[in-house]
Amino acid sequence: MDLLEFARGPALQVAIYIFIAGSLWRVLGVLWLQKKPDHSAARHSGGIGGALKVIWSRGFTAPAFKSRTMYPKTLGYALHIGLFITVFFFIPHIVFFKGLFGLNWPGLPNNVIYFVGVVTVAIGIAVLIRRMTHPVMKLISNFDDYFSWFVTLLPLATGLIMPIRFGIRYETLLAVHILSVALLLIWLPFGKLAHTYFVFISRGTTGSILVRRGAKT
Amino acid sequence: MTDHKDDTGHHAYAEVELDIESERLSIKKPDVRFDRQGDLSDEERVTKAMAHFAKDFGTTAAAYLDACVHCGMCAEACHYYVATGDPQYTPIWKLEPFKQAYKREAGPLAPLYRLLGLKKKVTIEQLEEWQHLLYDSCTVCGRCSLICPMGIDIAALVGMARHGMFKAGLIPHELHAVATKAEEDGSPLGVTPQLFQDRLEWMEDEHEVDMNIDKEQADVLAVISSIEIQKYPDSMGATAKVLNAMGENWTFRTDGFEATNFGLLSGNADWQKDISMRVIDAAIKVGAKTVLLPECGHAYMALRWMGGNMYGKPLPFKVLHISEYLADALNSGKLKVKKVEKSVTFHDPCQVSRRGGATQAPRDVLKHLCSDYREMPGGGDYNWCCGGGGGVVTIHRADELRYKVFKLKMEQVEATEADTLLSSCANCRQNFDDCQSHYDWKYTADSLLELVAENLEEANA
Repeated sequence: MDLLEFARGPALQVAIYIFIAGSLWRVLGVLWLQKKPDHSAARHSGGIGGALKVIWSRGFTAPAFKSRTMYPKTLGYALHIGLFITVFFFIPHIVFFKGLFGLNWPGLPNNVIYFVGVVTVAIGIAVLIRRMTHPVMKLISNFDDYFSWFVTLLPLATGLIMPIRFGIRYETLLAVHILSVALLLIWLPFGKLAHTYFVFISRGTTGSILVRRGAKT
Repeated sequence: MTDHKDDTGHHAYAEVELDIESERLSIKKPDVRFDRQGDLSDEERVTKAMAHFAKDFGTTAAAYLDACVHCGMCAEACHYYVATGDPQYTPIWKLEPFKQAYKREAGPLAPLYRLLGLKKKVTIEQLEEWQHLLYDSCTVCGRCSLICPMGIDIAALVGMARHGMFKAGLIPHELHAVATKAEEDGSPLGVTPQLFQDRLEWMEDEHEVDMNIDKEQADVLAVISSIEIQKYPDSMGATAKVLNAMGENWTFRTDGFEATNFGLLSGNADWQKDISMRVIDAAIKVGAKTVLLPECGHAYMALRWMGGNMYGKPLPFKVLHISEYLADALNSGKLKVKKVEKSVTFHDPCQVSRRGGATQAPRDVLKHLCSDYREMPGGGDYNWCCGGGGGVVTIHRADELRYKVFKLKMEQVEATEADTLLSSCANCRQNFDDCQSHYDWKYTADSLLELVAENLEEANA
C-alpha cells in the first residue's frame, strides 16, 4: 500500500469513524447532563421556534455592536465563507463527495477556487495575528485555539500547493492533502471546532429560554 | 487575614454596621476586609466550589461551555472592558475557573482531560483572584449574552458560578454581610416588620393615602425593596395611590414585603429560595392573584423568572413589575395621567428590560405621561447597565471601578439632552445618586412610578 492508498483508504476511514463517534459522544455527553425544568409562566412560547429564531438571528450583528466588532466579524465571516467555497465548490471535491454521498452539484472554475483559497489563507493569517496580538485574545487563548487554527488551515495550504508541486509527485501531495483532512476530522470533536454543531445547540438553548421570557435575543 | 466566626457559623466578620445615610446603601466601609467566610481550609474551599459548580452543570451550562470559540467578542459588549480596556474583564474570562471545572470534571471529554492532564485542577489562588471578576466587575447585566456569536448566555453562567463561590466562602465581605442580614433578619438593610409598618404609616400621613397594611385577603400583594423603604419611601405612597386609584383589593404585608433577593445576588441558592418563599407564602396566605413587584430590577428576575423554580412548581399567582402594571392600566384607560411638560429619557433596568422581556412597558407608560420622550442612543435592550446591579453597588472596594464604568452611562444619558431622567429600579437609582454626587453630575434618576402617581388625573387620584 502506498501513501496515497493509505490516505484514501484506512486513514480517511478511521478519521471519519473518529469524527462521527467523537461528535456523538460529545453531543450526547452534553444532553445526558439534562435540563432543569422551568416553572415560570411563559410570556411567549419558546421551544423549537425560539431556538430556530436565535439560530438564525445570531448570525447577524446587532447595530449596537457593529462599530466595535467590525474587524473581527468581517474576518470571521470571510474565513467561514472562504472555507465553504473551497471545500464545497472545487470540482475534484464535488467528485469526491459524489462518490461518498451520491449527490452532485455545480462547481466553480479552478482559478476562482485558487483565488478564494489564497484569500482565505491570508484571512487565516490575519485571524492568527489578531489572536496573538490583541490583549483580550492573547489572554483567553489556549492550545485548542492555536491547534484548531493549524488543522483548519493545513488542508487549505496542502491543497493550494498542489498546482505548484515544488517538484513533488502529485500522488504524494494528494496523499498529504487527504491526511491533513483526516487530521482535521479527528481533531474536530475534541476541540473548539466542534462549534460546527455546538453553535446550533448553544444558540438554540438561549433562544428557547429567552424567547420564552420575551427577553432580547 | 483571619476569619471570624460566631457560634452559628454564619458571620465571618465581627459586626455588621449598616450605612443607610449615604447615597448608596450598604454596610459601612469595613476597616478590615473579610472576603473569606467561615473557617474552611483551602482544600475544602476548592472542593466545595467544585461540588457546587457541578450542581449547575446541566445541559444548558454544558451546551454553553462546550460552544465557546474564544472569539473575544463578549469583551466589546462589557462595560467593564469598554471603560477600562483591561482584558481581564472579558466576560468569558470571568468564567475561566467555572469552565475549567466543567471541562475537567463534568463535560463529555472530562475523562480524557483528566487522563492526559490537559486541564489542571482549579486552585484556591484562582478562585480568590476570580472573586473580583465574578462579583466586583460583573453586574450580570447580560449585554455580553447578546453579542456572543455562539449564543452563549454568559450572564446566566456568572449567576451559576457564584453558587460555588458562595459555598466556598469566597465572596466579597459586604455582599456576604447584607445577604446574611437578608436571610436572617428578612431585609438586607435592617428593615424589620415594625420599621416597615412605621414607614408605611408615615407615608400614609404624608401622601394622605390608605396603605392597606396586613389585610387578610387581597387580590394584589404589593411588595417593596428595602432600598425604597430606607431611601425612597415615597414610592410606597406612590404605589398606594396608583392601586387605590385602580380600585384594587390590595395589601402590603409585614410578613412578606421584601422584594430584593440577596440570595440570588450573592450566589446562595438556598437563601434565594428562603427569601422568595417569604413573598410566595404571603401571597398564598392572602389569596393574591397578582404579586406586584416594585421598582427593582433583580426582584423581577428573582420572582418573575425564578420564583416558580424556587417554589418547585408554577406559582399560583401572576407576577408583574410595576412598570408592566402601569402600562396595562394606562393602555386600557383604567388609569389616566396628565402629561408632563418636560423632555424625558428612561434608563432600563437590565433585569426587567434586556433580561426580563418588559422593555416595552415603561415606553408605553411614557407615551401617556409625556409628549417628548427621548430614547438614549443604543438604549432599550442594548442599554448600558448603570454599573450598580448584581450586588456590585454594595462593595466598597469596587467603587472606583464602578465610577469609571458609569461614564458610559453618563454619555448615553447626556446625548439625549433630556430634562429628566427616569428609571424603574431603586438599585439603579441609588447608584445614579452615588455617581451623581461623585461626578457632581446634573442628572438625578427619578422614579417612573412616582412621576405617574404625581400626575394622576383627579378622577382617579
